[in-house]
Amino acid sequence: MFRRILPLVIKELQMLLGDPGGRRLLIMPVVLQLLLFPAAATLEVKNNVLAVLNQDGGAASVELIQRLSLAQAFSKVLRVEGQAGLTAAIEGQEALLAVVFPPDFSRHLETGLNPSVQVILDGRRSNSGQIALGYVNHILETYQRERADAGTAPKPVPIAVRHWFNPNLTYHWFVLPSLVATITTASTLIVTSLSLAREREHGTFDQLLVSPLTPELIMIGKAIPAMLVGTVQGTMILLAGIFIYGVPFQGSAFLLYASMFFYLLALVGFGLFISSICATQQQAFLGVFCFMMPAVLLSGFSAPIENMPEWLQLITWADPLRHFIVVVKGVFLKDMGAMQVAEHTLPLLAIAAATITAAAVSFRRRLA
Amino acid sequence: MFPPLSLRRLVALCRKESLQILRDPSSLLISVALPLVMLVIFGYGLNLDSSRIRVGLVMQDDGGDARGFASQLDGSPYLDVVTGSQAEMTRQLVNGKIRGMVVMASDFSHRGIGPGGEAPFQVITDGAEPNTANFVENYVEGAWRTWQRQRAADHGHASPQAIEVEARFWFNPSAKSRNYLIPGSITIIMTVIGALLTSLVVAREWERGTMEALLATPMRRSEFLLCKILPYYALGITSLLVCVGAAIFVLHVPFRGSLAALLLMGSAFLFSTLGMGLLISTLTRNQFNAAQAALNAAFMPAMMLSGFIYEIRSMPPFVQAVTRLIPARYFVTSMQTLFQAGDVWSVLGSDLVRLTIAAVFFLGMTARKTRRRLD
Repeated sequence: MFRRILPLVIKELQMLLGDPGGRRLLIMPVVLQLLLFPAAATLEVKNNVLAVLNQDGGAASVELIQRLSLAQAFSKVLRVEGQAGLTAAIEGQEALLAVVFPPDFSRHLETGLNPSVQVILDGRRSNSGQIALGYVNHILETYQRERADAGTAPKPVPIAVRHWFNPNLTYHWFVLPSLVATITTASTLIVTSLSLAREREHGTFDQLLVSPLTPELIMIGKAIPAMLVGTVQGTMILLAGIFIYGVPFQGSAFLLYASMFFYLLALVGFGLFISSICATQQQAFLGVFCFMMPAVLLSGFSAPIENMPEWLQLITWADPLRHFIVVVKGVFLKDMGAMQVAEHTLPLLAIAAATITAAAVSFRRRLA
Repeated sequence: MFPPLSLRRLVALCRKESLQILRDPSSLLISVALPLVMLVIFGYGLNLDSSRIRVGLVMQDDGGDARGFASQLDGSPYLDVVTGSQAEMTRQLVNGKIRGMVVMASDFSHRGIGPGGEAPFQVITDGAEPNTANFVENYVEGAWRTWQRQRAADHGHASPQAIEVEARFWFNPSAKSRNYLIPGSITIIMTVIGALLTSLVVAREWERGTMEALLATPMRRSEFLLCKILPYYALGITSLLVCVGAAIFVLHVPFRGSLAALLLMGSAFLFSTLGMGLLISTLTRNQFNAAQAALNAAFMPAMMLSGFIYEIRSMPPFVQAVTRLIPARYFVTSMQTLFQAGDVWSVLGSDLVRLTIAAVFFLGMTARKTRRRLD
């Protein structure tokens, strides 16, 4: 049986790699995305602009502004005059947030009252705003603790926090393992579903059918090159993650590749199913997009799955990315054991079985 | 000399293109059904406000203070507390079932909160999810501060002097990430639709050999390009209006701008993204490669580099420079501004200029690369 599939696999690989444009398209996007995305994907706030409206004449506000301007989050402090200046800075997105010190700030602080500062944030970027607000709070608290150290007043007790698996909360450590799953998706799906649609559109599918290959064997022949492409791309990202970005690889490479096999199989299953219901490449392309956008969105990569409504969380179970991202991150950072990897790989097996069966049935039906 | 453009020929070509669009049901699917489905998925699926994070609680102390603080944590509207042994909680943390845990030291109630000491418990977070880890830290810290203040008040101590921070989110008072993520996601959806619509159209003519037939007619280059843009522009504007309508009436995101400004910005953006699709199609002349290129050029860069989720100012300079090449970046700020702040021309004006430059660039490049020859 394998002898019969082999020529088809070789033909597919020749079509993929024989054309220099096609070859570049398999490698270049991976390299570019590897170069740009880890640096881009950060929810930290750095180098932003802080606007300050200081109505206070005292020393305390001057010192606090000094401290705020030293924070890594703000590379620039923009002093604004009056409410109008404040409005312009926030509305025109010159500053992410503005701190307003009221006229009696320093005096209240001296006399032991609880003074207040107002922080205005740009609601168009409220997540960054919330994070930056956390920094501002932290700076204010340190300032108070240091003031209290000098005096006799009771002072707040800090809490001890430890971030496991990623002690400094480095975003690269979070992004690179996820990219192993997301970047490989595009090529694997396109190679599977468009290559079948192309045979249809060009009329060469009939030639395949009169060969000794059964429809199932044709499907396998189309699946193998796609999985090879996915494995090579996944390996590139893995190696770049470990050796270029220095993400520690804690777990077992064997477990990761075992799980990756089923992940790619599940993707190929979706690809085959899409191509089995499409007549043209345009339609297959549309199908790939319709699958890929939700699959990436619901994978937990851009936003946590636990924030989604219940019905949507149920849908994410059909998303191969969701399961595989847990495995890659687990093996990379948490040294996940075989049992736990199996627990998250089992759904991938189920998805692959369901999609491949559906694809086979719908192929047979179209041929009948 | 022939006149540069014949209206009659252009109308005929557009008619041919439109008939081709209408014959294939997938085009209508792209322009109406796809944006609706995507918007719903974006609307509900993308939520950065971790409203209730599951955290584990390990009680090594049963004293009154420990239980008091535990109930303070339990009462937090942001935390969903489960109690268990340290081994069990560790297993759940590795599995991603909980995002953090609070371990109460065995001498919690004895050690208490003497001045200057460390807090008698430890917070452990799942660093594999950095954003959530930050939220866990902030929420537990908030609960701890409240509990300390209450306890001091109960015992008749003076609470530490505190600077009060009044935070106010303009345009989006409840700081719902949805309110800015949905306008941003419309940009992503429109980028993808623009690329989907045009990236295969020229390649298809070449691949099927119909380009030869077209070249044999007196058709001019400008007419050919316009017939590949205008019908798709109409489809694109339809999907934009479908998206914005659904965002306002179904997902209830407030829209404070004007329809005219929306159409103006939307058109500039559509010409740039349709232009990008056409350029890909013209360069590859092959649907398979065009599909790969479009998928890689449209969706992921728009997701990652448009500033829609990730703050552009936090990126290193070379990545910031690359984001300037992505038209979606400028449409994201325009859409967020139109939805939340209104027609703020100091933002929209500069976006409009950049989007126009991008459109002229892509369409100009396409025109340059369009050859009226077979080789």
